[in-house]
Amino acid sequence: MHSFGYRANALLTFAITILAVICALASVSDNFNSPSPSSQVQVLNINWFRNKPDGDDEVSMTMNISADLQSLFTWNTKQVFVFLAAEYETPKNSLNQVSLWDGIIPAKEHAKFNIHTTNKYRFVDQGSNLRQRDFNLTLHWHVMPKTGKMFADKIVMTGFRLPQSYR
Amino acid sequence: MDWQGQKVAEQLMQIMLVVFAVAAFITGYVLGSFQLMLYVYAGGVLLTTLITIPNWPFFNRHPLKWLDPREAEKHPKPQVVASSVSKKKSNKK
Repeated sequence: MHSFGYRANALLTFAITILAVICALASVSDNFNSPSPSSQVQVLNINWFRNKPDGDDEVSMTMNISADLQSLFTWNTKQVFVFLAAEYETPKNSLNQVSLWDGIIPAKEHAKFNIHTTNKYRFVDQGSNLRQRDFNLTLHWHVMPKTGKMFADKIVMTGFRLPQSYR
Repeated sequence: MDWQGQKVAEQLMQIMLVVFAVAAFITGYVLGSFQLMLYVYAGGVLLTTLITIPNWPFFNRHPLKWLDPREAEKHPKPQVVASSVSKKKSNKK
């Protein structure tokens, strides 16, 4: 601590190291949050269902997606990224996941929503396996922190089935 | 600053920063605001800077006793290499 510059340097370095420790603690505090999210999806209508010229099946549907993700937010949450995926099994693949819709929730106030929409991204299969196919609609989310670890989880909703023939 | 002052300044800096860090974390956690935590901590860093970095008089309460130049002339440096107790900043006349 011999001179002004020496003390300034020591203080700045120590202050920034402690800042890193505070941010790590803030991330650890996220583990004490026990969230209780809920969601529900209804498929209102299958708009069309066809076999594309290149051989793959494609379907378009209108859905009602409602969810309450407010309990996911902590003081250390920047935003929550949420997406809805259709998941099903085919003879060729044990698991197919197709993202149908996604969104970013910037704050707790917007985390309880009810959305009436067609699928934002195209529901296309690898092949023509979709006729009469049972599928799950799974709501995945990633809780993105301001500092530290990101948490991801999902809710699986079963019981959906595609029509028997093309429309 | 004197030696005692330097030690006090360093200890004060470390203690103040840790105390402000703890206070900032608790405030932010309880009130649920990450931004508030950063503001409290930034304020603490600024306060610590103002108190420990400039050369305040209270850091110089045990000043070093430099030998008076006229006194040094009366006692010339011995020829033999001997360990001197006090560091002399005396100017050669």
